[in-house]
Amino acid sequence: MTRDLNLMERLPMKNNRLRSIYSVPYAAWILLFVLAPIALIVYYSFFDLTGNFTLSNYRNFFTSVYLQLTTSSFWYAFLITLFSLLIAYPTAYFITKTKHKQLWLLLIIIPSWINLLLKTYAFIGLMGLYGPLNALLEVVGIGKQQILFTDFSFVFVSVYIFIPFMILPIFNALDKLNPALIDASRDLGANSWTTFKRVVWPLTINGVKSGIQVVFIPALSLFMITRLIAGNKVITLGTAIEQQFLVTQNWGMGSTIAVFLILFMFIIMLFTTGKERGATGNGKNR
Amino acid sequence: MKSIFQAAILILLVSGILIFINHELNEGGSSGKNTITVYNWGEYIDPDLLKQFEEETGIKVIYETFDSNEGMMGKIEQGGTSYDITAPSEYMVEMMAEKNLLLPLDYSKIPNIKHIDPYFLDLPFDPKNKYSVPYFWGTVGIAYNPTLLEGQTFESWDSLWDPTLKQRVILVDSARETVGMSLNSLGYSLNSTNLDELREATDKLKALTPNVKAVIGDEVTQLMVNNEAAISLTWSGQAADMMYENDDINYVVPEEGSNLWFDNFVIPRTAKNIEGAHAFLNFMLDPEVAAQNADYVGYSTPNLSALELMDPEVVEDERFYPDEETRSHLEVYKNLGLELLGVYNELFLEFKMNLR
Repeated sequence: MTRDLNLMERLPMKNNRLRSIYSVPYAAWILLFVLAPIALIVYYSFFDLTGNFTLSNYRNFFTSVYLQLTTSSFWYAFLITLFSLLIAYPTAYFITKTKHKQLWLLLIIIPSWINLLLKTYAFIGLMGLYGPLNALLEVVGIGKQQILFTDFSFVFVSVYIFIPFMILPIFNALDKLNPALIDASRDLGANSWTTFKRVVWPLTINGVKSGIQVVFIPALSLFMITRLIAGNKVITLGTAIEQQFLVTQNWGMGSTIAVFLILFMFIIMLFTTGKERGATGNGKNR
Repeated sequence: MKSIFQAAILILLVSGILIFINHELNEGGSSGKNTITVYNWGEYIDPDLLKQFEEETGIKVIYETFDSNEGMMGKIEQGGTSYDITAPSEYMVEMMAEKNLLLPLDYSKIPNIKHIDPYFLDLPFDPKNKYSVPYFWGTVGIAYNPTLLEGQTFESWDSLWDPTLKQRVILVDSARETVGMSLNSLGYSLNSTNLDELREATDKLKALTPNVKAVIGDEVTQLMVNNEAAISLTWSGQAADMMYENDDINYVVPEEGSNLWFDNFVIPRTAKNIEGAHAFLNFMLDPEVAAQNADYVGYSTPNLSALELMDPEVVEDERFYPDEETRSHLEVYKNLGLELLGVYNELFLEFKMNLR
C-alpha cells in the first residue's frame, strides 16, 4: 500500500487524473445508494399522509409508543450483542489455538450462507411443544416448557444468527496478535488474567468493536424473527418501519422512524470505531 | 488469474445452458407470448386449476402471491409490475377504485357471472360490480381445540378473557381483525371511528395480555394442527384448513358479531393481457372449477351453481355457510381512510408493546 502511494506521488500529473477515474465507481455508488436514499428518507419524514409539509411525525415519535419501542429495541439489541460477545470471544480464541483454524472457522461460517428465513422456520420446529428440545427437557425430567414465543427464544435465535459475524472480526484480531507479546508479558511476571486484561484484550479491542457494530446495528432493526420466533411479544424499530410502509402506508412516519434508526447507527459507529487506531499493530499492519 | 478466468467461463457457460433449457421448457405447451400474471393471496387457489386453464385456453399463467391487501396495493401503485389479475378484499377494491388503479370489467366476456349468488353482487363497496367479481367470502371467528381445553366454548368474545386461559390464545397480526374483535366484544362497530371507543377497545385488549400466547400470521395453521396451540383468532377458511388436517378443531363466530368479508378478482389498470384476464375470470366462475377450488381452498364460494356440485355436508355447515339471518349480524369492513387505519395500527402496536 505505502509503496504504491510513493510511486504515485512521483507522477503527480497522471496521479490526479487516475485517481479521479478510479473514484468514479465509488462516488457513484455512494451517491446513488447511500446519500440519495438517506436524503429521500429525510425528505419523506417531513410529510404527513396528505402530502403536507409538517413536523408532526417527529412530534408523534416523541409522544407515542415509538419512544418506548426504541428503548425496548435497544434493550434486546444489547442482550443479543452481549451474549454473542460472551460466546464469540472464547470461541474465537479457541479456534486460533487449533491446528486447522481455517477449517474450524469455515464450519462456523457455513450456516450463515443459508437463508435466514429457512433457519428461522427450522427453529419453529425445534422449539415447538413437541419438538426435539422439549423432548430433551422431558427426558432430563424438567418437563415440557413453552419455549417458542418467549424472550429466551428470541434472544437465542438472534444470537445464533449473529454469532458468525461476531466471531470473524475477533478471530482476525486474535489471529494477528503476536504471540511474542504474550510470552513477554508472562516473562515479566504477569499472571494469565493480567496478561489478558493488559495485553490481549487491548490489542483485540478493535476486533470486538467491529463485532459489536455488525451485531448491534442489525439487531436494532430485526423484524421477521420478532413475529416468527417471538410471536410479536418483542417489537423492534424494524417492525414498526415495516408496518408504517406496508400496512399503514404512512411513508412519512415510517421515514421518521428510519431517520432515528440511522441516527442511532451513526452514534454507535462513532462509539465503536476510531480512537485507538493501530492498537492491533504488530508491525505487519501499518 | 488463469483459473479465475476458467471458473468464470464455466459459470457463464452453465448459466447460459440453464437459461436455454428454462426457455425451452417454458415454450412447450403455450403458444408464444400469450401469458397472464395472477397476483393472489398465498394458498388461495387449487394449482391443478391453473394447469387446466393453461390447457384449455393456451394462455400460460405466471402465479405470484402476497400476504396483505396493503402490500399488494403498494406494489401495484408503484408500477413496474404488470399483474393481469389480483384479489383484493372488499374495502381494498373500494380504495383501489378510488385511486383509479382498476379497469372496468367487460361482462360480455364473463358470461359465467350468472352463476354467482345475487346476494354477493352489487354490494356497496363496488356498485354494479363495475370492477370486481366475487371470489370467496368468509368470516372472522375463533378456532379452538376442545381436547386441549377444559370445556370452554366461545359463543362470546368475552370467553377469550377467561383467566384460566393463561398463555393459550393466539391472535392474528393484523390491526383491523384484532382491534375489531375487541370492539365487537364491547358491542361497538368494528368500523368504529370514535376515538373513545377505540381507546376502550385497546385497553380491553391490554387486559387480554396474560392470555396471549403469540400474535402471528399464517404460521398459526401448523401450530393448531400440531396441537401446539389451543385457541386462535382466525379467518373461516384458515379454520377450515386446520379442521381438514386435525379433526378435533372447531370453529365458531361469537354472538356479539364479527367481520364478514369478500375477496374479489379485479384487473389492475397496469394489466398487459386484458383479454386473457377476462378469460381467466370467466374460467374461475365456471361452476365445476369453482366447486373444485372451494373444496381445495376451504373458504366459502359465492357461486350458487357450484354449491350444488359440492358435498352437501360442507355446504350445509352453518359455521362456513351461515344463513342470511346470521350474516345480517356481521359487519363488512369499511374503507376508513389512511388516517384512521394509522390510528388502528398505532393502537395495535401499543397493545403489542404491552405483551410480555
